[in-house]
Amino acid sequence: MTETREERRFAEVPRESIKLMAESAGVELGDDVAAMLAEDVCYRLREATQNSSQFMRHAKRRKLTVEDFNRALRWSNTETICGYGAQDALPFRPLKEGELFFVEDREVNLVELALATNIPKGCAETMVRVHVSYLDGKGNLEPQGTVPSAVQSLSDDLLKYYQQITRAILGEDPHLMKVALLDLQSNSKIAALLPYFVYVISGVKSVSHDLDQLNRLLHMVKSLVQNPYLYLGSYVRSLVSSVMYCILEPLAASINPLNDHWTLRDYAALLLSHIFWTHGDLVSGLYHQILLSLQKVLSDPVRPLCSHYGAVVGLHALGWKAVERVLYPHLPAYWANLQAVLDDYSVSNAQVKADGHKVYGAILVAVERLLKMKAVSLSASAEGGAAALQGSVGGMMGFRESSPGLSPPPEPLSEPPLGIASHLQAGGAGCQWEEWTPVSLPDMYCELYSFFGDSLAVRFSTGPALGGAPSATPIQSSDTRKEPGSGAANLESTRKMPQLTANMNISPRQDGSPRTEPAPPSLATAPGRLGGAPKRKKGGQSRDIFPKARFPPPQVGPPAFSFLIGGRQMGRRCQGRRFQTSFTPTPSLTSLPPRAYAHKLPVIGRVSKPVRRWTCSHYSLYLPL
Amino acid sequence: MTRLAVSAPGEKMAAVQDGGSEPEGEKEPQPELPSDGSSAPAATPASKPEEQQQQQQQTLLAVLQFLKRNKLIESVDALRREAGLADEPDEAPGSEAGGGVGGAAAGSADSADASALLSRVAGAAQSGAASAPAKGGEDQPDVSVVLSAYSQQGDPSLYQVYYSGLKKFIESVLDCHRAELSQLFYPLFVHMYLELVYNNHESEAKAFFEKFSGDQECYYQDDLRVLSGLTKKEHMKGNETLLDFRTSKFVLRISRDSYQLLKRHLQERQNNQIWNIIQEHLYIDIFDGMPRSKSQIDSMSGSLAGEARREANKAKVFYGLLKEPEIEVPLDDEDEEAENEEGKPKKKKPKKDSMGSKSKKQDPNAPQQNRIPLPELKDSDKLDKIMYMKEATKRIRLGPETLPSICFYTFLNVYQGLTAVDFTDDSSLIAGGFADSTVRVWSVTPKKLRKVKSAADLSLIDKESDDVLERIMDEKTASESKILYGHSGPVYGVSFSPDRNYLLSSSEDGTVRLWSLQTFTCLVAYKGHNYPVWDTQFSPYGYYFVSGGHDRVARLWATDHYQPLRMFAGHLGDITCTRFHPNSNYVATGSADRTIRLWDVLNGHCVRVFTGHKGPIHSLAFSPNGKYLASGSTDGRVLLWDLGHGLMIGELKGHTDTVYALKFSRDGEILASGSMDNTVRLWDAFKAFDDVETDDFTAATGHIHLPDNSQELLLGTYLTKATPVIHLHFTRRNLLLAAGSYNSQ
Repeated sequence: MTETREERRFAEVPRESIKLMAESAGVELGDDVAAMLAEDVCYRLREATQNSSQFMRHAKRRKLTVEDFNRALRWSNTETICGYGAQDALPFRPLKEGELFFVEDREVNLVELALATNIPKGCAETMVRVHVSYLDGKGNLEPQGTVPSAVQSLSDDLLKYYQQITRAILGEDPHLMKVALLDLQSNSKIAALLPYFVYVISGVKSVSHDLDQLNRLLHMVKSLVQNPYLYLGSYVRSLVSSVMYCILEPLAASINPLNDHWTLRDYAALLLSHIFWTHGDLVSGLYHQILLSLQKVLSDPVRPLCSHYGAVVGLHALGWKAVERVLYPHLPAYWANLQAVLDDYSVSNAQVKADGHKVYGAILVAVERLLKMKAVSLSASAEGGAAALQGSVGGMMGFRESSPGLSPPPEPLSEPPLGIASHLQAGGAGCQWEEWTPVSLPDMYCELYSFFGDSLAVRFSTGPALGGAPSATPIQSSDTRKEPGSGAANLESTRKMPQLTANMNISPRQDGSPRTEPAPPSLATAPGRLGGAPKRKKGGQSRDIFPKARFPPPQVGPPAFSFLIGGRQMGRRCQGRRFQTSFTPTPSLTSLPPRAYAHKLPVIGRVSKPVRRWTCSHYSLYLPL
Repeated sequence: MTRLAVSAPGEKMAAVQDGGSEPEGEKEPQPELPSDGSSAPAATPASKPEEQQQQQQQTLLAVLQFLKRNKLIESVDALRREAGLADEPDEAPGSEAGGGVGGAAAGSADSADASALLSRVAGAAQSGAASAPAKGGEDQPDVSVVLSAYSQQGDPSLYQVYYSGLKKFIESVLDCHRAELSQLFYPLFVHMYLELVYNNHESEAKAFFEKFSGDQECYYQDDLRVLSGLTKKEHMKGNETLLDFRTSKFVLRISRDSYQLLKRHLQERQNNQIWNIIQEHLYIDIFDGMPRSKSQIDSMSGSLAGEARREANKAKVFYGLLKEPEIEVPLDDEDEEAENEEGKPKKKKPKKDSMGSKSKKQDPNAPQQNRIPLPELKDSDKLDKIMYMKEATKRIRLGPETLPSICFYTFLNVYQGLTAVDFTDDSSLIAGGFADSTVRVWSVTPKKLRKVKSAADLSLIDKESDDVLERIMDEKTASESKILYGHSGPVYGVSFSPDRNYLLSSSEDGTVRLWSLQTFTCLVAYKGHNYPVWDTQFSPYGYYFVSGGHDRVARLWATDHYQPLRMFAGHLGDITCTRFHPNSNYVATGSADRTIRLWDVLNGHCVRVFTGHKGPIHSLAFSPNGKYLASGSTDGRVLLWDLGHGLMIGELKGHTDTVYALKFSRDGEILASGSMDNTVRLWDAFKAFDDVETDDFTAATGHIHLPDNSQELLLGTYLTKATPVIHLHFTRRNLLLAAGSYNSQ
């Protein structure tokens, strides 16, 4: 009897269930009655199932739906089952304690639904579209989504490898995937397959609903990029566009707030910077293009916040220069939008607001990095003009070779190796950073503070050297501490500091370490004061241990400056909130005009009205010279 | 006398079932009645000849009585004549008498005794009783009576012994007989199992099922699954599959040699149980000649009730096409049109001549022109015919070297709801039936769909004006598509009328609706099917249409009658698809019982039964010359049939899922098939029909050797993008149109 039961291929309702149901209806059933009922129920269930299949067949579907089953019930004069007609799959879950299974039925907040601003559009209209599929019986016989035909012409081994690898990476087994990725990263004989892998990766657009697949594809990109035997050539562009897709697009997966698409975007951004730093020289104008598209997204208020987030982390990953040039000038305009979101406390806005905080956080991190790196660069460039060049070139190469992990790609001081400046100048008319003028650090800080208030200040406050000692050590510590998450973001606004316009052309070069030509010796900011700073950077090794190796030098040199940054409390109680670095002090703060939009700051960042204080105060940026 | 009917009651039932409509068909079955076992259910084959004779007599009398009561005088006469009526006891079936089973025909027919005998017969055997109520309603046999046929008791524990004994015997016989006798396994298995269940031997039934269900042919899996769920007597009530088993006799074709072998074996073993089942539930169609091979048997079996009886396919079918009406196209008219269109007045003339000559000679196989009344051609129809001829001259002649181009009409945003599609013959409109109960019509030409103006507006129109047809249309309503609301369940079938003025739709709600494509409103709801209507189709000449559905009855309607003109009953499962023969005299229906039937529209007779599919049939297509039929089923195979001979002539294997669409090219050289497996396949129909060798013997017996040449016949496989193909259509110029809805999963 028991064996036969195992062999059965259809559902059985145990008599216990029957008894339970009877009890719930207030009837006491004997064992034998329950058994008979159970058997009959099973039989009727099977019958209804068999009957329902014909509705499926005639609807020309492969999938049996609840509706089909209900029809079968209706035609056998049985009550239908309501409430399960949704198109989505209904997961059947067990309850941990007790043998209870149920269909997950999440509560829907009707208020939220009713007040939601993003009312889903109605179903698209049914339509018929015609296309010539096969002309004279000839046509592409490949079904979509399978191996492109050219692959077929590859050698058998390669083909097999291609299939195995793609299957492993996109398959279910995480271990297999790891092995495949590792091999992809180190195999020296797969150059012929590169186009096809790139093709596979370009499939990100078709799996935007599946975070897991996206992740896998990104990992594939990473492996390809890291494979030292592969010359990516112009495929870089395609890879970059795939990665950019993951960073910027409002993925289908983002619709569900439970999906952690943020991590995906972070990872993709990291990957982007990695590709860029290692292979950016393969395609000219790439940097420019990337910045352009990031900027476009950022300046498009219609885009969802997750796209903006992507743009911010993308900029952040591209280095503080990018932040300075794109994000910073954009911030005032963008801030208003973000703030509107953050200030909306209505229930329907909760999700959007949460997203807004994400963006806020990303901007904060980017900006922090910007400030820090700018400070570092100022000091560094102040100290070593020509040496910087050497260092960065060496660094470049060192990085190229030793990039096992992606994690620290942003090479803070060296800007894109290709002539950015020329792109920027020659590049698309009207793009914002064209008329970009470096902003002095204090100005920048002031402005940023007006946005972020203390939450920015707090980020700089934890350095060990509290007293505003003019040593450079704090930078190091704070730098290392923040390293993982932060990239320098720097914002620059075009307007003030007319005295710097002369440096405009070269300025991008200066901050980044140009690859080819020596950078102009001194930095934009206070060339006069810092003039003749000794050089102290050395080439190669600075790369590996970058923060430490690179920045210690500043402190050796005589003109190490430190400044103190503080929020509004600074003057009053928290004297300790200072940030020290060696940098070239900038002209007086007073020149910074108060920002009107400072008033609009959300509560998070702003504590009081910093504007007044800034304009008059000297303690916000305290420069112990 | 080439046949031996082993069981009489079934024969009687068959007679009753056919009788109403086909009295002359009775002549043949009757003489075989003598071998009646049911009047003496417990009678062993070895019982004394006298006794048998007595029984035969009784049976014969009973039958006569029955026929008289049903006023089947002709049959009565025939039977009397053939049975030698008064005093020729050992007349025709004498040969069978030697076998011991089918005893000699009974002699005297004393009509005075008849009624008494009848009552005795009816009372004597329960199986006999089964036949009597069947008179009442063929469609809805009385369940309890039907089931009571199973009440015969045997020792339940011995069933396994019986079955395995027979199995052992069949496995031990010569190869040539084994294949034939193996056909017995499945029906025997089923009936023995049902008997066990019916008599409440649940555990024995289970054991029996488990022991022997594995032996059955794989194509019976679906039915076995239903059976396996059935373990209690109570379940048997209302189970359609079971009723099918019981009400129909499972038909086996066995050569005489094999049959003798079986008979001898059962006699030796005194295996009454099996013998009774064979007599009551099986119909063994015996033929003289070589036993069939396993592959021959397999190709024909698979339907719910075994193979078709051979005589079922003997009726003459007028498969030829009707004479084309001679359309007089005034020459100047022609020139005008030609100039208007493309300025090719030259081509017209010869074409018209050819058409004329073609229509003049009457196809010998064609039915009389007025065999069924057809609607007269309207002027607009004539115009359309002219258009058709014009297009036909531009038609591409297809062949293995010149395959058609394929256009795919993809339905987007239908959320899996597309259930039926149809094109008009001139490919100007496309209609879709949807699961949400709507029917949508699209214009696939730039010409938009317009409604006729309202009555008030119409009254303002100058009816004398030349362009009145244009004026009646309401320009404001012009749109690319129209939605027709009215059904209350998924629309499973749609069909355009040939003149494009009407559209039919059949739905789960049990109705067939006729829509006007002038006003885009519903004109009639034809109620008759009380269950879902799976398919409907207009006759190629309009006016008539056929529908078939879950109630297993196909109905023939005329658009101006709210009740059906004919009801075609006989299928044992849902009617899944219906098609009109090109000459409109016949209707083909495919069913879930895995058979295809061809019905004569004139008299409602079933003139062909085709078996061989292993799954429900979901698509049918007649060849343009009316000679052949193609059918596709859930098993992915396409079978080709010769209507004239009633033979299977081809098997096209290749699809991996249900074939939902079949269509011959306009000239019939190419068969296109579309399937759930997201492919369109093109087959060389010309070659498939040409390759068949039909010598007299195969034609006579129907035992055809199918060449396994699917691969040679397959001309191309064309993949869609995740879109099941649910409809195919050849335009008048032989461009292949396919349709389906994109399936995003």
